Order: sequence, then structure tokens, then C-alpha cells
Amino acid sequence: MLTTTLIAGLVLGGTYALVAMGLTIQYGIARTMNLAYGETIIAAAFAAYLVHNSLGISPILGLVLIAPAGFAFGWLVYRLLLRPLVRRSKGGAALEIDSILATFGLLFVIQGVMQVGFGGNYISYSYMNFGVDVLGASVAANRLLALVLALAIGGGLYLLLTHTRWGTALRAVAVAPASAPLVGIDADRAARFGFALGGALAACGGVVISMYQTFTASSGVIFTMKALIVVIMGGVGNLAGALSAGLILGLVETFVATYVSPGLTLAAVYLIFLAILLWRPSGLFGKARR
Amino acid sequence: MRTALGFAAAAIVFAVLAFAPFYLDAYGIGLMIGMTGYVTLASAWGLFSGRTGYVSLATVAFFGMGAYTVAVLNETLPYPVILLVAGAIGLLVAVVVGFSTLRLAGVYFVIFTFGLAELIRQLVTWFETTVTGTLGRYIFLPVGPEHIYWQLLVLCAATLFITWWVGRSRLGLALRVIADDEVVASHIGIDIARTKLALFSVSAVIITLVGAIQAPRWTYVEPAIVFNPTVSFLTLIMALLGGASRLWGPALGAIPLFLLFEWLSANFPDHYSILLGLLFIVIVFVLPRGVAGFAKDLTRRRPGGTPAAPKLDAAPLGTESREARS
Amino acid sequence: MTALLSLSGLTRRFGGLTAVNALGFDIGEGEVVGLLGPNGSGKTTALNMISGALKPSGGEIRLRGEPIGGLSAHRIARKGVARTFQLVRILPSLTVAENVLAGLAFRGEPLWGEAARDEADLLLRKVGLEGRAGEAAEQLTYIDQKRVELARALAARPSLLLLDEWLAGLNPAELRTGIDLVSHLRDTGITILLVEHVMEAVRALCGRCIVMNAGTKIADGETPAVLRDAEVVRAYLGTAHA
Repeated sequence: MLTTTLIAGLVLGGTYALVAMGLTIQYGIARTMNLAYGETIIAAAFAAYLVHNSLGISPILGLVLIAPAGFAFGWLVYRLLLRPLVRRSKGGAALEIDSILATFGLLFVIQGVMQVGFGGNYISYSYMNFGVDVLGASVAANRLLALVLALAIGGGLYLLLTHTRWGTALRAVAVAPASAPLVGIDADRAARFGFALGGALAACGGVVISMYQTFTASSGVIFTMKALIVVIMGGVGNLAGALSAGLILGLVETFVATYVSPGLTLAAVYLIFLAILLWRPSGLFGKARR
Repeated sequence: MRTALGFAAAAIVFAVLAFAPFYLDAYGIGLMIGMTGYVTLASAWGLFSGRTGYVSLATVAFFGMGAYTVAVLNETLPYPVILLVAGAIGLLVAVVVGFSTLRLAGVYFVIFTFGLAELIRQLVTWFETTVTGTLGRYIFLPVGPEHIYWQLLVLCAATLFITWWVGRSRLGLALRVIADDEVVASHIGIDIARTKLALFSVSAVIITLVGAIQAPRWTYVEPAIVFNPTVSFLTLIMALLGGASRLWGPALGAIPLFLLFEWLSANFPDHYSILLGLLFIVIVFVLPRGVAGFAKDLTRRRPGGTPAAPKLDAAPLGTESREARS
Repeated sequence: MTALLSLSGLTRRFGGLTAVNALGFDIGEGEVVGLLGPNGSGKTTALNMISGALKPSGGEIRLRGEPIGGLSAHRIARKGVARTFQLVRILPSLTVAENVLAGLAFRGEPLWGEAARDEADLLLRKVGLEGRAGEAAEQLTYIDQKRVELARALAARPSLLLLDEWLAGLNPAELRTGIDLVSHLRDTGITILLVEHVMEAVRALCGRCIVMNAGTKIADGETPAVLRDAEVVRAYLGTAHA
């Protein structure tokens, strides 16, 4: 029982960590809050479902198509929707309101399209749905695969961002957007790229989620919210923070669902969120002071 | 003199509106209820968000709590008492939420309120399924549509009056000082957190009451119906479009948009959400006056001063907000 | 007799940097004290801790014997500590009168309504802004904005007034006006602590001076003596001149 819960928690946490990394990149680098982030995740989940059920392609192979699509989508969203707003605001606070409204609109558009295309029902498909014995507990193979994928993609990205030149440039923009141009970094390009990268991660997250969870056209909001909470827990723009906070959140949720009540998982998440807001607003892993 | 004239004009408008049910059919009254409801919601939203710069996405959380309180209590308590209880619950939640988030940078507030409706919906659902064992309740109250309308009209007038009064009171001056310069505000003795909390609470109680008053329209209520996130977004866009920081702004935004949304949902029920989303985007892009005008009031920066509006800068969020905590 | 303001062991660290280190002094009722020191010596940090803009890392601040260190700024303000800012901070979207009304409306014993408007007029006259009540504060000249800021601080009827380089950036004529204004306040018996670089003003206004360097107090005494002190000269001008 405990092992099963622990593994289920790690799977969920790995997924949260993966999607939160995408959001923390978008938010940290492009500085715009994307409230339609969860919808991108769910759209990718629907895409994986289509690829699996209509074309008979496994979701892992589907990832090869869907992740670049997510990248392209993120790129387009930033280029067409957000960049004009960034330009218009000239760094003022108007951008906050504008980007919230615009991505809100996007949220409704994507949700509406999925509703029209797939209806409002819960969707799932069966992929690698057999048990594997892990430390005496039987765990569905698709969950294990989800965990492995989440950790591989998230870990790979982490290494890329911390060990390559362009990764360093991106992180520089996240830390000091105003001074990045001084050292020859094109902040606008970095923002676009960061947003696209976030889109790709959301797409990966969506595929991973679709392998072991049911979802509907309206599930996106919850994912956006949890991703935002993980981002704040981990400290905005902090990849390692998002990774650890995501795992913590997944474990807490699974344990609450198993040992308390499945109806109270969100309440538990909010309780953690509240505690962090009150005691460590810069995030569990953020620096308390500059 | 101008004030007296304004009051007289407003009184005449409300008096004329009060007679509307005698000339309208059931559909017309329904429309007037919806419109008055949204005018009140948008005005109450503007009362807080338009004057503090905190973008609240919690409208439907309070609205839904009001409606659900009526659903739970409608067979046990007299109607006026139910309204009081609903208002008290709204106040309590507003104080808890406001106390924990309003001392921090605005972005935390946005995120927190973004999920608040969903949280409350899940809590209510959990409570109903595990404790009471029912999901969904019937409302049998002898309150006709015209009574709902009149109550909303009174609440709407009260909301506008409160907004007007706040504009002239010490509270209003405190808000303008805070908007100009929070550092100066605290150094002349203004309790910033408390001022924001007071306004948020007033706004939240009004929104809760709108939900409570409208509840009998539904007859059957379940969490998924009354906690529909669209309400938060509609309220927000209405208030912003009309000018959230002005007395009549939210009302001016709410009336045309409400009619437009009614028309859209009647004629394109399947594509409503897509059209709504596109409309949001179009409003942000094509009509930045309302949105920008709203933002302009909040973004007055002084050289070397702190910006009035909550910032979205990612990295320094925590450090700055920690300073602001008392 | 307890001092009006009493600091002891007051310390503030920013990360590894100690901006103010175990600072201690008393200011008596009615004193006008200059707080001097080179840039970065911790004067403004000390002022910020007294007014509540910064929380001390250690030590005590007492106002009439009552500890106020670490209280939030609005609480301290309501206890009668008013201040001005290094770069003038008026409320730009408010009128001149409203700037002063804001000072009256939120002090310990708030004043509001007709009485407040009369009091605001009185204060504006005191700082030399009679008849300017309806003007937008943003449109005023620098010296007039400083007047507004001073009137707003006086509106709190402060028992302690903190002036942070209030006389900086004025031309010689304005400076004379400014000094006259503050000396007039001094004659009304108000206690003032001023951080100041303008020596002419310090000599004219302060009976006593405290000098800080690198976060610690290096001199405290009657102004002429302190300004002659070799260590003070060294702190300001470097060893070559000492």
C-alpha cells in the first residue's frame, strides 16, 4: 500500500515537475503569465489520444510529433498574441493585465475548440496497461513509463539549460531581463524561444498525462493552477526548484487522496500554497534575499 | 450642486428601472435580472480591483458561495436571515483570503484567486458527497422573478452609492495615496494591508449577495452550476472595458457586453466559449482604451518611486513582498 | 528624564554587509540634531529604521521610552514620527491641498472634513504655499514640492521630524529660504533629526551633530567642535587632509 502510494505520488509529482518546468521557463524568461498553459497540456493529451486511437501510433512515437508541435504553438502564441502586448506596454504594469486577459481569451478558445471536437466527456485510452512488480507492489507499466519520461525530459532539459551556452543565455534573461541586451543577448528572441520551449514541455506533459489519466476538455485550468503553485513553491524561474516542488506536490496529493479523501487533494494543495505564501513568498528554494 | 443633480438623476433612473417588471414579459424580466446582476458584479469588482490594481479572479467563488448558501439553508431559515448568513460567509472568506494574499505582490493574489473558485467547488462537493451524502439541492423559495429583480436593483444602487462614498471618504484618499506611492502612504500612517482588506471585503460581500439573491432563479443548484468560472471572466472584462476605476464605468461596460453575451449564447451555443475567448483577445488588442485606461491609473510611476501597481517581475517578487509584510 | 528618541546597539545587515553597526545615541525633547557622514556611512539606513521603512537586525529604538524598533511604518508614523525623503516624494496625482490632507487624515488623531481643510490651509501658509492649494502637486517646482512634503510631514503634528537631505539640490537662494523654514520650525520647539550634507545648513540649524562612518558613530557633540574633529575631517576628506 505504502509503496504503491509512493510510486503513484512520484509519477504524479514527476508530471507536475515536468509541466511546471515549462511554465517557470515561460514565466521566468518571457515575463508573461500564461493562463492558457493547462489548455496546451490538455490539447497535447487529446493529440496523443488521436495518434494512438486513430493512427495506432504509440504515444512515445507520438511525442516526436507532438512536442515540436507544442514548440511551434508556443512560438506562435508569443509571436502573435503576446509580443504586440509586450511592445505596447513598454515594460509597464499594463502588460500584466493585458497578458492575463489575452491568455484568458486563449484559454477559452482552445477549450471551446476541444469541446466542439471531443465533447465534454472524460477521455482515456489504454496503453501499456499491465502491472509491473516494483518492490513488491504492482504498478501499471504506463505509470512507470510516465515517470521515466518525465524525469528524462525534465532532467535532460535541466542539463541543457545549465550546461550549454544558449541555456546560460536564457537563464540570464530570466535573472536580469534589463541587462541581458548589454551582454549581447536578444531578450525578445530569448522570450520567444523560452515561450516555445515552455510550449514543448507542456506538450510533453500532456502526452505523459494522457498515458495514465483520464481528462476532459475542461481539465486545463486545474493544471495551470497546480503548475503555477509549483512554480511559486520552487521560486520563479528556478528549474531545480520546480522539479523538487513538483515532486513534493505530487506526493502530498497522492497521500492525501489515499489516506484522507480524494475530494480533498486540492484543499491540501491550497493549504501548502497558503503556507508558502505566508512564510516563504520567494519560494521554498528561492533565495530569501538578493 | 453637481452632486445633488447626480443623485437626482440616479434616483430617477433607478425609479424608472423599478417599474420595468410591470411592462416586461418573463423573458424581459429575466434579461433585466441578468443585466442588473452583472452591473452589480462589475461595479463591485471595480470597487476593489479598479482602485487597488489587484486583479481578482475570485468573483465566481463568492458569487457561488452566496448561491450555494441559499441552496443549503432555504428550507431551514427565513429568507432575510439566509441573506445575512451568506453575506457573513462571504466576509469571512474574503478576510481569510485577503489577509493571506493582499500583503504580497499582486501576482500571488491573481494566482490565488484564479484557483479559489475551483477549490471551494471541490470542498463543497467533498462536503456534500461525504458528509451530507447529496450532491445537488433544490431551492423552493416564494421569491418571484420581479422580487429578485428589485432586490438586485437595491443592491446595485447600494453598490454605486458605496463606490461614490468611498471616493469621498478617508478610505478613498488612502487608496489614492497608496496608488501614488506606497512608501509615502505607510509613512503618513496608512495601514496599507488593512485598507486593501477592507475594500476587498466590501466588494466580496456584495458579490456574495448577488449570488444569493439570484439563487432562487435556478430551482436546482449543484456546485458545477454555481461555480462556473465564466462569471469571473465576464465580470472582469465588463469592468475593465467600461473603466474599472470610475463610478459608472463598470456599469457602462456591463450593459452592452451582457447583451452581446446573451445574444452569442442564444445563437451560437456550441461555439460560445470560442467566441467569448476571441472577444477577449479582440478587446485587449483593438480596444485598449478601457483596459489601458484602467492600467494607466495604476501605473503612475515616479522617478525612484515604487510603482503603484503590483509588478509581475519574476525574480524580485519574493524579496520585495517580504519587505511589505508587517 | 527619558530622551525623546533613544537608540542603542542599533544594527542592520544586508546579507554580508553591515550598514549600521551598534549605533547608539539619545535625542532630547526640542533638540535639533544633524546626522552627518560620507555616502554609504549608514545615515539613511538608520533613518529608515527609525521611521519603520526597514526592520533592524538588532538593537533597540525607543520613542519616549517605548520600544518602536521593528514596528511597521504606519504604526510608527501614528506615534508621531514624520519624515521626508531623500529625493522629494510628493503624491503626484493629488493636489497640493490633498497632499497635506493625506498627512492629516491618517495621523494618530486623524483630522478630516472642514477642520482638516482649514488646518491644511494653515500649514500651507506656514511653508509659504498660501493660495496654491488647488494646484497639481506634480506641476510644482522642486523647492515647492519640498515645501509640500514638509507641510505633509508637519500635518502629522510630529513629536519627531526626520529630514532626509531635505536641503539637498537647492540653489543658494532656495537654500536660504529652506534654512529659514527649518529654523522657524526649530523655534516652535519641534524635535528634528536631519541627515544633511550641506554644511552651511548644519552650522545654521543644528546645535549638536552626530557623525557616522562605515556604519558606526565616530563623533557626537556640539556642532562647531564636531566639525573641527580630526577624525571627522578624515572620514569626509581622506587621510591626506587630516
